[in-house]
Amino acid sequence: MPAATTTKKSIFRRNSSREDKIFDICNYTFLFVLMLITLYPFVNTLAVSLNQATDTIRGGITLMPRVFTLDNYAYIFREASIMHATMISVLRSVIGTLLTVFCSAMVAYTMSRQEYVLRKFVTLAFILTMYFNGGLIPNYLLIRELDMIGTFSVYIVPGLIGVFNLIIIRSFIDGLPESIIESARIDGAGEFTTFMRIILPLCVPVLATVALFTAVYQWNSWFDVFLYNSSYPKLSTLQYELQKILQNSNASMTSRTATDAFANAGNTAANTVTPVSIRATMTIVASVPIIMVYPFLQKYFVKGMMVGGVKG
Amino acid sequence: MEKIPVGTSTIKATAGKPAGFWTKLIRQRSLVYMSVPFLIWLFIFKYVPLWGWTIAFQDFKPAKGFLDQNWAGLKHFQFLFQDERFLRVLRNTLAMSVINLILGFVTAIGLALLLNEVRHIVYKRIVQTVSYLPHFISWVVAASLVQSTLSPDGTINQLLIWSGVIDKGNEILFLGIGEYFWGLFGAASVWKDVGWNTIVYLAAMTMIDPAQYEAAEIDGASRLQRIWYITLPGIKPVIIVLLIMQIGYLLEAGFEPQYLLGNGLNIDYSEVIDIFVLKYGIAQGNFSLSVAAGMFKTVVSFILLFGANNLAKRMGEARLF
Repeated sequence: MPAATTTKKSIFRRNSSREDKIFDICNYTFLFVLMLITLYPFVNTLAVSLNQATDTIRGGITLMPRVFTLDNYAYIFREASIMHATMISVLRSVIGTLLTVFCSAMVAYTMSRQEYVLRKFVTLAFILTMYFNGGLIPNYLLIRELDMIGTFSVYIVPGLIGVFNLIIIRSFIDGLPESIIESARIDGAGEFTTFMRIILPLCVPVLATVALFTAVYQWNSWFDVFLYNSSYPKLSTLQYELQKILQNSNASMTSRTATDAFANAGNTAANTVTPVSIRATMTIVASVPIIMVYPFLQKYFVKGMMVGGVKG
Repeated sequence: MEKIPVGTSTIKATAGKPAGFWTKLIRQRSLVYMSVPFLIWLFIFKYVPLWGWTIAFQDFKPAKGFLDQNWAGLKHFQFLFQDERFLRVLRNTLAMSVINLILGFVTAIGLALLLNEVRHIVYKRIVQTVSYLPHFISWVVAASLVQSTLSPDGTINQLLIWSGVIDKGNEILFLGIGEYFWGLFGAASVWKDVGWNTIVYLAAMTMIDPAQYEAAEIDGASRLQRIWYITLPGIKPVIIVLLIMQIGYLLEAGFEPQYLLGNGLNIDYSEVIDIFVLKYGIAQGNFSLSVAAGMFKTVVSFILLFGANNLAKRMGEARLF
């Protein structure tokens, strides 16, 4: 009996090791192709943005620019409106992230205090909002009633605290040893001091996750700009400027002659930019900050996703 | 003799008797200061808009006060379900969310299974990092990339010409053909989120006991057999719970991709409920009809989400015992 099993095993071993190799080769190749598909649109757009606009019209730009130039970027950043929009994008990302992180942490802390009489009420009030929302029009009318249209605050205040953020911060605080808070109490620290001095520093890993999610959300938002501030160019953001360009090329796509006319206009005056080049350049400018940051915070957001997935 | 019971009763009165709600509230006032302002914020921004649902039952005129509005009963809802455009929008929403659901699940589980088989840790990390990238860019940027990839002189058409499927000059205007939109939307969504969606599955796979794989290897199971008989059953509970939860979002087919990639030529296939609400409400000023459409969506979603959550919880408990 034992002899039979060993021979059987060894046969399968040999088979599976050859199979193993084939499997690995196929798998690694497939994943490599997948990476190419994921990255190609970015690389292609980057090449177009670094290529001379009039040359791009000839087509055939793939991975590398053919006639290298920085004119497209120079053109964009000479536009005062784009510079201003970049500034607003940065401002809303920074201010929005700081406020969201601080306020979410504070509410999550009160929700984690077992002895707090309003704990259940606060938790329920927030959790319930996961299930419904007033919808577009009622929200719009509310913002209008509050006179927030045409203000910067409309980017920050309505979305200040997200329930998902509360859940992941609270479950992190719940995981901290209770004795830390007790010892702070004995030292005579009040709730706010405990929160600021003890809880906030200990929560850095989870707050980094929330900060990343919020910063990405803020940087990427365009719909609130479109909905509330589309007639206030001073409050426009980078994403909204790109959306307008996109909308224009969408409109011109329905009749190809329009695009051709654009192209011809570009041809006659050398060194001018074309809609295609501007769009590619704007696309790169709008995505570069995120591409630069997210790989370094991967550890945090993966952990955050898992906590949120389990508890949420 | 007399003093002792008096003493115990006073001790009982001060320490044993639970303090009243208000006493506690006053004692915990610093916690109150830290949370009640946000409760007020929550009330204004999340609960007050619910009041706006009354608009769906009125012939709403923005200039009039609440009491001066004409009540219309269920007129707008009746109109919606006879309106050809709304029914088309509903069809598009359901179709795209089902496509997204199925494609999203299959591709994410597939990629997670393949990633789980990669033993070269550095290579695995690189693939993962790259695959997360599209999740972090905005839909505006994604739509811009999709649009240029699908344009007449974009990558896809170039590939088709190069491989001889179409001739030069016959480039396909992908986004101009309505019938293609659902598929293109599905592909774009997969491109954007497949990597991100693998996180949960990969986490679940790390929980599988390695002894099972060793035992299977000794029994002569091949790689594919191990994936099929160990890894996949191992993450089955996670798949089921996520699937049930997703049913709650059946009417949430997204808004941004359809809005950003939609145009006059594919509108019959690209328009979803949220776009309908936006166009009727903000652009045309027909608030009542648009709130009715939005409310329909929220109420159905609420029922689905609540049912799905309960079901998921029950399944979770069934798994525990």
